[in-house]
Amino acid sequence: MTDAYTRFTRTALGRQIVKKAGLPNPARLPRQADRPEPVLDPVVVLGSSAGADEVAALLLDWGADVRRRFEETPRVGSVVVVLDEVSAPRELGEIVLPLAGAMRSLAPGARVVTLSRPATGEDLARDAARGGVEGFVRTLGHEMRRGGTANGIQVADGVALTAPGVATTLRFLLSARSAFVDGQLIEVSTDAGRRPQQWDRPLEGKTALVTGAARGIGAAIARTLDSLGAELVLLDVPASGSELSRVTNELRATPLQLDVTSEAAGARTIAFLRERGITLDVLVLNAGITRDKMFANMTADRWDAVIAVNISSQISLVEALLSAGDDGADVLAEDLRVVSLASTSGIAGNRGQANYATSKAGVMALVAALARRLGERGTANAVAPGFIETDMTGRIPPLQREIARRANSLQQGGLPLDVAETIGFLCAPGAAGLRGQTVRVCGQNMVGR
Amino acid sequence: MTDAPASRSTPYTVPSAVRDAYVLGGNRLPFARSGGAYAGVSEQDMLTAALEGLVARFGLQGAQLGEVAGGAVLKLAGDLNLTRESVLGTPLDARTPAIDMSKACATGLETVTHVSNRIRLGQIEAGVACGVDSASDAPIEVSVRLRRLLHRLSRARTAVQRAQVISGLRPGDLAPLPPRNSEPRTGLSMGDHQAVTNAHWGITREAQDELALASHRNLAAAYGAGLLDDLVTGYRGLGRDENLRPDSSMEKLAKLKPVFGTSNPAIAEPTMTAGNSTPLSDGASSVLVASRQWAEENGHAPLARIVDTRIAAVDYVHGDEGLLMAPAYAVPALLDAHGLGLEDLDLIEIHEAFASTVLTTLAAWESEEFGRERLGRQGAFGSVDRSRLNIAGSSLAAGHPFAATGGRIVATLSKLLHAQAKQKGKVQRGLVSVCAAGGQGSVLLLESDGK
Ligand SMILES: NC(=O)c1ccc[n+]([C@@H]2O[C@H](COP(=O)([O-])OP(=O)(O)OC[C@H]3O[C@@H](n4cnc5c(N)ncnc54)[C@H](O)[C@@H]3O)[C@@H](O)[C@H]2O)c1
Repeated sequence: MTDAYTRFTRTALGRQIVKKAGLPNPARLPRQADRPEPVLDPVVVLGSSAGADEVAALLLDWGADVRRRFEETPRVGSVVVVLDEVSAPRELGEIVLPLAGAMRSLAPGARVVTLSRPATGEDLARDAARGGVEGFVRTLGHEMRRGGTANGIQVADGVALTAPGVATTLRFLLSARSAFVDGQLIEVSTDAGRRPQQWDRPLEGKTALVTGAARGIGAAIARTLDSLGAELVLLDVPASGSELSRVTNELRATPLQLDVTSEAAGARTIAFLRERGITLDVLVLNAGITRDKMFANMTADRWDAVIAVNISSQISLVEALLSAGDDGADVLAEDLRVVSLASTSGIAGNRGQANYATSKAGVMALVAALARRLGERGTANAVAPGFIETDMTGRIPPLQREIARRANSLQQGGLPLDVAETIGFLCAPGAAGLRGQTVRVCGQNMVGR
Repeated sequence: MTDAPASRSTPYTVPSAVRDAYVLGGNRLPFARSGGAYAGVSEQDMLTAALEGLVARFGLQGAQLGEVAGGAVLKLAGDLNLTRESVLGTPLDARTPAIDMSKACATGLETVTHVSNRIRLGQIEAGVACGVDSASDAPIEVSVRLRRLLHRLSRARTAVQRAQVISGLRPGDLAPLPPRNSEPRTGLSMGDHQAVTNAHWGITREAQDELALASHRNLAAAYGAGLLDDLVTGYRGLGRDENLRPDSSMEKLAKLKPVFGTSNPAIAEPTMTAGNSTPLSDGASSVLVASRQWAEENGHAPLARIVDTRIAAVDYVHGDEGLLMAPAYAVPALLDAHGLGLEDLDLIEIHEAFASTVLTTLAAWESEEFGRERLGRQGAFGSVDRSRLNIAGSSLAAGHPFAATGGRIVATLSKLLHAQAKQKGKVQRGLVSVCAAGGQGSVLLLESDGK
């Protein structure tokens, strides 16, 4: 799955040229299969708050080799920086500076995760300190080397640092499942949810519907949710039926051939689920298309098709499934998880993608509204992939594609697997405290925040 | 899911008497026009895809079935084990046996009969009947002279001998021979044969165009109603039959020029056009057939029971009967055996090789003379209620990849009968009639209780 340039950098000649010319030198990113343990040892926990002690205990509980300082700790694999009690910017230095001297000696694929609280608008100095963490995390994302990443968790006031949502997020960010998530801040707003019985198969006994599952990111999502224990209903357009049946056969899933933009899509999905006695715990709205054109040349057919597939279809499907219970058996289980596919184009905009960016920015607002509407019934979030190596990006002209692929801190395109892992994380029972957020899977793409 | 005694939970008892076989469902590819979406795709690829879709729909991953019976009419010599090779490419247990069968356009229906008979006799519990054809990838043969020359060349020992053989080659020998689409004994194409039958029965152009139009409208409506959602699996970017023209009209059909019977001086006004004849097509279909016990154990509700089948052939060589008229004989024989008349059938599927094959068959059944002289009855056999005929469209709209047509009809009709029986709360009967080259015909009776 590596691109031609990256393969070149791994040849003897390639290595020399890259070094001499200062060309991008993308690191090999270990994924879950390469590094299955949740924490890359040893892990240093920085900070002296009560929260820091709790986090250290949690990590010990996971079997990690936990240290509280860098001295006498060679090749640190992970660093957790606990900043939950900072009340003014000047307090940050004491906690974070010990990491400075260790930055160059971190292990390949190292993880830095900060734990802090979001600004609330209540206290000038405290908000400034809390807000400052964002700049710190994003900068470390840029400065990490050899495939290492830096991310942060913002835990709402009143939510313990060991709450299910925090633990689930921390474990995801420390693991190799988050290989292509870099420079991001994820907010845990409630202490809802529960820690899974088995961390490796949190979706055991759950059923998920994935749209656009015949290929690309959707097929990867299906494989990941399957490996996390979920039963699957896989949906794609009739024209992709044979590809869909191949994925279905591989995962022993249930195929559903349907165009999500068709008028009866909601009704047909409901009838299909009821006929088979299926209730859904997880809904992944992945089906999406691009019809790129500079806005000056935009035509109604291109605009409308993108809006219809990428956003309108999601609204009607969700509305239909949510209200199925009004006139028959419910098709959604309690504690629902909805994850939709946004895009970095929806965050920063992108030349030639006015239609696509509109639809994807719409997705981000949609999940925020849906999370509010679901309330106790579950949660909704989105992922915003950056450049992912799929058929969709394979259609970008070669030079443009090469530039887009390198324009992030990890200097490479992500894999469909990376998006799928993040979705698996958001679907877990423990992720109930994440509400209406958009998590970027972009290797810290240069665009947007 | 195994037929092997060693690994099954509850032993199946081999019945002393015949038991029933049921259609559980089917899966086919959308049919493509020859040279269209599946140009350059092998029959093995298509058949494998159709079977994979069936496996996905019925959760048959890893299942060892009793047998998969399949075939293709236009088959490459190298594909002698086409069905078995296709099975090996699916997630079915590799110990699932397979057989290749062939009976021109009736191949698909005969595979259903074969699997059904195996089940009825207690030899297997579940099997798949399937068929595939590609007119786009039809085998091309070399001339007889070239073939003999190539054989001699391979036997030649020395360069001189080889040069001698090659020097005997003439340019004309190199022209490939496309598959013959004419009857070997008459030299007439099937369409030209049908044109004669047509003239005999006085079938009008308008009646043929009307039937063709109904076929397109019915199939389009069936897609619209979702009937094909669990009968078809898209392939190579095609989600629906490529030949389907939902916006066809009598005016458009009337504009087409006749293509068959045009050089026969006995036919004053040729009526058969590309619009009311089936196009050459590519595609594959499959049907899952099983015993009731197997269906129950694997959590599937049978759609329809396979009641019985009949075959017939006519002597078209000596002009005694039209080439495609055999079903006109097989159907009365089948219905008589069950004490049924045409009026007892709730749904009727007559394969539309040409619009006129359906119409000449109906005309023959309505004819007193045909009834008396050909069928040896008191009078006419009867007439078909047209509102029960081909109600979800047939080959004129869907296309006709020869060996795949039988499976398409059986799966579709089973689903229709099941839905109708459920809705009406009573048993529904349906008939399938397929004509074939060589003056042959195969017919099959289905029944559903809607449960
Ligand atoms: N590839 C990337 O770099 C990238 C980046 C950001 C966001 N995304 C998003 O990720 C999602 C998947 O992208 P991908 O790269 O795998 O694309 P893809 O084109 O490879 O796959 C999309 C799938 O969705 C299906 N689909 C399209 N329209 C449909 C409809 N109307 N009904 C049902 N299914 C339909 C397609 O048949 C296809 O199987 C999309 O929402 C896309 O916008 C991708």
